[in-house]
Amino acid sequence: MGLSKIWVLAEVAGGKVSAASLELVSAAARFGDEVTAFVVGEAGGGVESSLAGFGASRLVVITGLDSCLPGSVAAAVMAARAAGDQPEAIFFPASYEGRDAAGRLSAKLDRPVITNVVNLNPDNGSLVAEHAIFGGSQIALSRFTAGAPAIFVVRPKSFAAEENPRSITTETVAAGDIGAAGAVKVVASHVEERTGPKLDEATVVVAGGRGLGQADKFALIEELAGLLGGAAGATRAIVDAGWVPYAYQVGQTGKTVKPNVYIACGISGATQHMVGMKGAKNIIAINKDADAPIFSIADLGIVGDVQKVLPAVIEAVKVRKG
Amino acid sequence: MKIAVCVKQIPDPASPQKLDASYNLARDGKLIMDESDSYGVEMALQLVDASGSGEVVVFSMAPRSEMSGIRNALAMGAHRGVLVSDDALAGSDALSTAKVLAKAIGREPFDLVIAGTESSDGYTGTLPVQVAELLGFASVTFAKKVQVDGGSLKVERQTEAGYDEVVSPLPAVVTVTAGVVEPRYPSFKGIMGAKSKPVETLGIGDLGLTAAEVGKTGAREEISEVREAEARAAGTVVVDEGDAFNKVVEYLEQIKVI
Repeated sequence: MGLSKIWVLAEVAGGKVSAASLELVSAAARFGDEVTAFVVGEAGGGVESSLAGFGASRLVVITGLDSCLPGSVAAAVMAARAAGDQPEAIFFPASYEGRDAAGRLSAKLDRPVITNVVNLNPDNGSLVAEHAIFGGSQIALSRFTAGAPAIFVVRPKSFAAEENPRSITTETVAAGDIGAAGAVKVVASHVEERTGPKLDEATVVVAGGRGLGQADKFALIEELAGLLGGAAGATRAIVDAGWVPYAYQVGQTGKTVKPNVYIACGISGATQHMVGMKGAKNIIAINKDADAPIFSIADLGIVGDVQKVLPAVIEAVKVRKG
Repeated sequence: MKIAVCVKQIPDPASPQKLDASYNLARDGKLIMDESDSYGVEMALQLVDASGSGEVVVFSMAPRSEMSGIRNALAMGAHRGVLVSDDALAGSDALSTAKVLAKAIGREPFDLVIAGTESSDGYTGTLPVQVAELLGFASVTFAKKVQVDGGSLKVERQTEAGYDEVVSPLPAVVTVTAGVVEPRYPSFKGIMGAKSKPVETLGIGDLGLTAAEVGKTGAREEISEVREAEARAAGTVVVDEGDAFNKVVEYLEQIKVI
């Protein structure tokens, strides 16, 4: 037995629904009869058709508070509608806005929230969540006893986005007064430009960690990533150290990647990092410490100095490519 | 300006984490201040310094009147601490913990509440906004730069693509990322001085909460099973003798990346 109503927060950037949001809509369509997607801000026809294509049957577009943080806006509107519509479950992507919205909504409705969800299984009209604990080394199976709605924050790439077209009805609502959170305004947005494929979409990811020794050696990571048509990634340690911007971070607090191949250079393999990359199809690790945890999940491990091995790999790849 | 900082006292991440018989994180050993909270403490100290006057008050919820993490924050320079410790709190989830901290913080006026983006042991990442909602405060999460200008908070907030400049009135809750500031090490004088700084210890009754609202009962979620995540088998490990780069290139050829 499935669920009758599931809500999903769908995030839109540059006129497109995020991949993580479509994964959730797709999962919701598998578990529930009626799937309602909530979008904050303007949603063009492309947004509506893509949500319908992956299984959303209703779309609620929230307008009116464009410069507010979308997570707070979504939580306020969802809280106001929950009593009337009575969704059994609400899915949020594990993004900045998703986590804000889930936290605010949880407190507004007095319902607990389960985060770091990596899978959901229907069980007798409710959902059992599999969520990653201890940096993803163990999986806990949890269910709510609090009554509907069950609030889940789901990690990206936990579900496949599968086309499942449904007819959709769209409703536009004004956000109205959202309380203290409504006074928070975004006054400017800055984009940190990167070339090449996006980190969480690239089929090849070359990532660097502390073992690179110094910040300027990250250029080697960028160079190999460029040669292989991939994206450069980084550990939290070197992001915190200011070597590269946060947008490069792979792991628990950064991006989740599932490329064809992940090349970990000078990365020891903290659990917080591995939870973001161990879904890669192939893993190559280069690290000078033979006991580094990264070798326990690598298909090919090279125990060696990354400052020597990496330039040699780059030269050899250049020769190959002519 | 008066700032509340939420500090979690966690099992030392250097020793392996485990669950107890009721699937709660085992907290029977020594607890220390979560390193990711040291950024919030430092941020609060700098903001109070910049404003010329004020106070940094550390809030924590922990079993067995655990205070070592609070003492650490006091040694860094925080002025006093408030600890909520009660047997009824065992098994609390993020929302119950947020209720406890919001009640404790709400007993006096604050301009700002600072927390980490998520703890290093449970990493639920929802508690700060839950506290904000319960207190009726504005919130700005994932701050990589924080300034207070008059009555207004200016934050550079991380986004998928880069960062946003965000302004908020006070009072507000702000969560800071690691790397927002460089946390100071407590000085010897600071460590000695921390021992005589006041730490108030409260039970849930002092906050007007009942056992049904918190702890395992209040969590209203149950873990039915815990299992090892699907393990990846380790592959070949080669010690570099100067030619291991060839192995990498061969592997990339084999999977048709080059």
